[in-house]
Amino acid sequence: MTHRHKHKHNAAAVGGPILTRTFLACLAVFALSIVVLAWRFVVGLGPTTGMNDGFPWGIWIAFDVVTGTALACGGYSVAILCYALNEGKYHALIRPAVLTSALGYSLAGASVIVDLGRYWNVWKIPLIWNWNRNSVLLEVAICIMTYVVVLWIELSPAFVEVWEKQEKYPLLCRAARRVHGWLNRYLVAILALGILLPTMHQSSLGSLMLIMTSKLHKLWHTPLLPFLFLATAVLMGYAAVIFESALADEVFDRPRETRILAPLSGIMVGVLFVFLGVRFVDLALRGRLALVAQLDFYSWMFLLEMALFLGAAILLLSRKRRYNPGVELFSAILIMLGGSLYRFDTFLVGFQPGPGWSYFPTIPEMAVTIGFVAFEVLAYLFIVKTFPILHTGVAPHGLEVAPKPSR
Amino acid sequence: MSPTRRSVLKGIASAATLAATGAPEALAGPLPKKTPPPDAVGLLYDATRCIGCQACVVKCKEANGLPPDSGTPRGAMYDAPDDLNSKTKNIIKLYKGEDGRTSFMKAQCMHCVDPACASVCMISALYKGPRGIVAYDPGKCVGCRYCQTACPFNVPKYEWNTAFPKIVKCELCRHLVEKGGVPACVAACPREAVIFGGLETLRADAKGRLAREPGKYYPKVYGDTDGGGTQVLYLSVAGIPFDKLGLPDLGTESGAALSEHLTHAVYQGFIAPIALYAVLGFAVWRSWRRQGLGKGGQE
Repeated sequence: MTHRHKHKHNAAAVGGPILTRTFLACLAVFALSIVVLAWRFVVGLGPTTGMNDGFPWGIWIAFDVVTGTALACGGYSVAILCYALNEGKYHALIRPAVLTSALGYSLAGASVIVDLGRYWNVWKIPLIWNWNRNSVLLEVAICIMTYVVVLWIELSPAFVEVWEKQEKYPLLCRAARRVHGWLNRYLVAILALGILLPTMHQSSLGSLMLIMTSKLHKLWHTPLLPFLFLATAVLMGYAAVIFESALADEVFDRPRETRILAPLSGIMVGVLFVFLGVRFVDLALRGRLALVAQLDFYSWMFLLEMALFLGAAILLLSRKRRYNPGVELFSAILIMLGGSLYRFDTFLVGFQPGPGWSYFPTIPEMAVTIGFVAFEVLAYLFIVKTFPILHTGVAPHGLEVAPKPSR
Repeated sequence: MSPTRRSVLKGIASAATLAATGAPEALAGPLPKKTPPPDAVGLLYDATRCIGCQACVVKCKEANGLPPDSGTPRGAMYDAPDDLNSKTKNIIKLYKGEDGRTSFMKAQCMHCVDPACASVCMISALYKGPRGIVAYDPGKCVGCRYCQTACPFNVPKYEWNTAFPKIVKCELCRHLVEKGGVPACVAACPREAVIFGGLETLRADAKGRLAREPGKYYPKVYGDTDGGGTQVLYLSVAGIPFDKLGLPDLGTESGAALSEHLTHAVYQGFIAPIALYAVLGFAVWRSWRRQGLGKGGQE
């Protein structure tokens, strides 16, 4: 098989009005979250959130950071395929995936700042002489900060392609051309970093819980936490790419991308079975399977995770079903749910600080999380309408994209 | 699949596995054990001697400039904290067994030999200071609260109700100890239920008491080896095991030992990440060239 085809991007701005009803609704929800945030910064975390001394980490960490960045791993997953494994046929997926990754990671970074009690000391973290090399969180923090920058650089060709044609603004135009030149020369180094950094910090998100030998429920605490977190990051990244492209095709009335996406689902089946197998064997070897059989709240949560993953794996086993857009989307949703639940369970449900402690997010706390998601949606809409992100329908390799079924 | 592609794939897979999960041999073998510094100091609390007068709670607040915790119902003015919190670094609790037997219990920082809070703290706002005291430097704290989630004893507390919060925890009155004094709780105790001293002296003392009056005590010194060892040691009343007193069964290894051992096995000298980056850089460069990218204005 040869891979010497030229994979031109063929991406174009979707165009159309920016200030749609969806956009304005998202803006309103986001504005509300800003009001709540102002309150949080005046009175502190106690009155605004459900967090307490037993559960010092709430949904801003467990959802926005731990789950959100995994759902934003599309850029990572597709980059592995497209660049590390030279599967150029996925090239059309890169830009939309990197865009959602950049947005997801940026918002996760913003959530961390909101969550930090003493955010004014944050500038001291990158100073290398301050580093505690034992701290897993330090590695996560440095990697995520760097990766946010890496993602926007990865996406920047889409911006400079537009700006370098703005003859009306000669300064912008010249700067964009110069940046484009640099990108053509040095982007390779950045792209490799864009695969290395998520490998490091997504596994380290799992390592964060290694130290909690007595507090994390035995169904979730294992020395393999870093591996399981890396596997779910890759899975959730693939699933998010499928989910987002289905959504984009629907919203912008574009042809379905099933033909490019189907082989992606095939790869997921393998990763799914590895994840399920490793988890099961690990529990068995360490004599913890009995905990599953207890059928208490924790075993049901565990079984639900397993069922979501197994359901997706079985659905995607047959090649024929993989090419069915409905099945493909449904199994992607199962994986997103399963991965999110696994990460939520590890950080909140299975976290047991002791008797008397409980946590449930407050409405303002949820409003911030929802507001940030709304911002992601409106930023996505603005960017795909203004810049060449989504591909134009003819897939590389000359593959015609499957025509959209008439409704 | 072409042979080159397979080799690239294999290279990436093995480097990634190494980087992400650590080699299995890193998992095997006993975890490295930390030892307290030779001049380590600590506390010994003997539950059989404590009368629950709470003088130590009051004096602790005085010595550390902590406000009273008058969060009692009906507005009654008591300093009556119900647990360690951001206003309370030391507390006496009462535990009542099913057989009606009771025991007092003192809670404060355990000053672990291998503290989880200091292990996880990004820029060492919490650190193992002189004489093994686990100390806090708010100037470095970003308020991430990882210390709280990581501490097996739930000791570090956070000032939830302010815009400019700090972490609050017992620092063994290091401002007094530095000047040759003793912690306020020890100075306040009328019954010498809690005493201060060199860790090894305290350990010998505790074991001596167990040996002299075995009928009086639960047969174990908590903190001797628990969770990798702590610089605060406990003796409990006969028949009342430590988990009833809120001291968890942690085994003899610290969580920090597991976490640090696995992470350092993977990131040893940063070799694995650099190797992975080199492999990835080569693979990406190869794809980049073969896919004809970086030319003609398309990325």
